[in-house]
Amino acid sequence: MNRPLAAFLGGVIFAVGLGISGMTDANKVIGFLNLAGPWDPSLAFVMVGGIGVHLALYRLILRRESPLLSTRFHLPTRRDITPQLVGGAALFGIGWGAGGFCPGPGIVSVVGFCSPAVVFVLAMIGGMGLHRFLHPPVTTTANPTEAPS
Amino acid sequence: MFSYILDAIIGGAIIGLAASWLLLAKGRVAGISGIVGSLLTPWSDDSVWRLSFVGGLLVGGALLVLILPTAIVAPSGRSLALLAAAGLAVGYGTQLGSGCTSGHGICGLSRFSPRSLVATLTFMATGFATATVIGLMGVGS
Repeated sequence: MNRPLAAFLGGVIFAVGLGISGMTDANKVIGFLNLAGPWDPSLAFVMVGGIGVHLALYRLILRRESPLLSTRFHLPTRRDITPQLVGGAALFGIGWGAGGFCPGPGIVSVVGFCSPAVVFVLAMIGGMGLHRFLHPPVTTTANPTEAPS
Repeated sequence: MFSYILDAIIGGAIIGLAASWLLLAKGRVAGISGIVGSLLTPWSDDSVWRLSFVGGLLVGGALLVLILPTAIVAPSGRSLALLAAAGLAVGYGTQLGSGCTSGHGICGLSRFSPRSLVATLTFMATGFATATVIGLMGVGS
């Protein structure tokens, strides 16, 4: 399997998982995050399933010298808790709670003739571009592991 | 409720499989905001797999429309202006905070990353707070 096809397959499986889990139903996401309404806690179990599988497989995979189709593993190495990390996560949560979309489900929902998702994703790309414009990466080539995960 | 929980666990497990596949095949973290955000940089060798992954997400979305038509649901009672503001916050916030629900919430927590734990607790807290405040204001109910 060539490299782009492997990543493509990963994207397809990821999207199907999001759809089955309920994460692409923005009303369900809002029902999970809105503690004042009829609370639906089921989406908490997406993390249970996702972490349960990845936690086990991640350790097996990293026993390898290198990935199947690349020379090395690219894993984030930073461990410092910064104001940028906390502030960025806080801002992301506000947008998630306001719109009911996080990045993956937003992109997947674009295909479902879902105009709110189209508006969300275009604005999201705008927000990403705004960050690139205001905070241009300093030395990304010197330390490629520092890219956002 | 029980079937919703089962769907969430099965769907989450498939997400975990997809993240594991990307790590095994490409050695990469399946963080959606990182993959999409990095596409805004000048073209490089890595742009190919990133575009392929996003293409896979879109084809996966089309598959969902065909085989699971109830899966994709637009948020009700949310104006397009609110969704645009939400998108801006998500886009800017995920770049500033180095990740989203997938990169921090699934991949980072699976690696016991302290940064991802702090980020996940933070965006869960502000997510709950924001949706609850908007809910109390009577939007989308």
